[in-house]
Amino acid sequence: MKVVVDMNKCQDHGQCVFAAPDVFQLDDNGRLAYVSDPDDALRDEVEEAADVCPLQAIRIEA
Amino acid sequence: MTRRIVVAGASMGGLRAAERLRAAHWTGAITVIGDEPHMPYNRPPLSKEVLAGRAPFASLAFTPKASAADVEWRLGASVTSARLADRVVVLEGGEELAFDGLVVATGMRPRRLRCEGPLNGRHTVRTLADAQGLRDELTRPGARVVVVGAGFIGCEVAATAVGLGVTEVTVVDPLPLPMVGPLGELLGRALLRRHEERGVRFALGAGVAGFEGEDRVTGVVLSDGTVLPADVVVESVGSVANTEWLDGNGLDLTDGVLTDDQLRVGGLPHVVAVGDVARFPNARYDGIPRRVEHWSIPTDTAKHAAKSLVAHLDGAEADFEPFAPLPTFWSDQHEFRLQSFGAPVLGKDDVRVLDGAPDGDVLVGYHADGRLVGVVALGGHAATTGAARYRAQLLKQPALTA
Repeated sequence: MKVVVDMNKCQDHGQCVFAAPDVFQLDDNGRLAYVSDPDDALRDEVEEAADVCPLQAIRIEA
Repeated sequence: MTRRIVVAGASMGGLRAAERLRAAHWTGAITVIGDEPHMPYNRPPLSKEVLAGRAPFASLAFTPKASAADVEWRLGASVTSARLADRVVVLEGGEELAFDGLVVATGMRPRRLRCEGPLNGRHTVRTLADAQGLRDELTRPGARVVVVGAGFIGCEVAATAVGLGVTEVTVVDPLPLPMVGPLGELLGRALLRRHEERGVRFALGAGVAGFEGEDRVTGVVLSDGTVLPADVVVESVGSVANTEWLDGNGLDLTDGVLTDDQLRVGGLPHVVAVGDVARFPNARYDGIPRRVEHWSIPTDTAKHAAKSLVAHLDGAEADFEPFAPLPTFWSDQHEFRLQSFGAPVLGKDDVRVLDGAPDGDVLVGYHADGRLVGVVALGGHAATTGAARYRAQLLKQPALTA
């Protein structure tokens, strides 16, 4: 699975971190860091993260 | 004949419902009906980025999931009535559409002030068309703006207007502090100071008695007789549920549509409600049904309602846990953010600063019976993620009983 976050849209709400903590994290400065090629087993939680992003900045490609 | 679920309402709740019906393995047809001409779009930027001219429509449109690719969208069409027992909805123009299951997702519309005066120059912010129309007027040189209602939307609009360079922006509210209803006095005072420091004026403790002007508004008359000159008025005084089309079905429609703890409507297992039109009991709290106008609610309700609806239609009645979402909302105003988890409104009588101080980044806890029921952070984006530390604690707590 390939995950792309539009960092121009991201405003560091952190909702994705609650939905998919194995894929999304906020660093010490509160900025988003993420795994761009997570295991397919995490698809449900990544889709959840994409749903709850207030800016709708998360895209799942394939 | 193909079985069909009709989703009435094509905003975020309608989209999430359609997607979640597929996720719950509904294989019949799905028809989504909405009165706006647009595919579902994200509304929070309307009072901020869209108003500020920084976001085109394409950036607001939701991207429907691939699983919802075969959903039929009937846009620019509205449902005018329904006969739930007969499983029929009637569209504007008289067309009848039969359904096996129905999702009520018709949402809210802005409440309007009824007092006398011209309508021209008075705005609300709910739709893209609203925001674009307001932007056109806010960007006229020298525009004087009065925002009626010091809630979240009103304060966001006031902040955006100041950011656009409008020099006279006044927020009017009968309550003594902005956002005091949902947040209480401590943060209400902190927010008042922040807005005033950034150039927003306030006329608090005053209601609106009327509007001056012939063809268009020129002033707002307050209840104490003061007149605030105005070229542009924004009415952000709450909202009204779009439920008239459900009249005549014996439902409780006193404030939105009443549901049970599975989001079923009127005891009918083939009708569910999602989004801010649903008045549901939250098993996490006192079981009193409430409508919730948070951005997260369409997604939360759609997930639960789709499961219970599809299980019923597929004859697989299952015992689902009662719906018990953890409320969360945010609001961006000027360069600061409010971030809330839980139900601060239930703990407004016992408010404690958990971290920081009200004149800087601050984290506030709301308590009921000595127990934390909600947290709100106010400050920079990084600081507000501090509220997240308390989210797990709020999630773990046993239900509050009435």
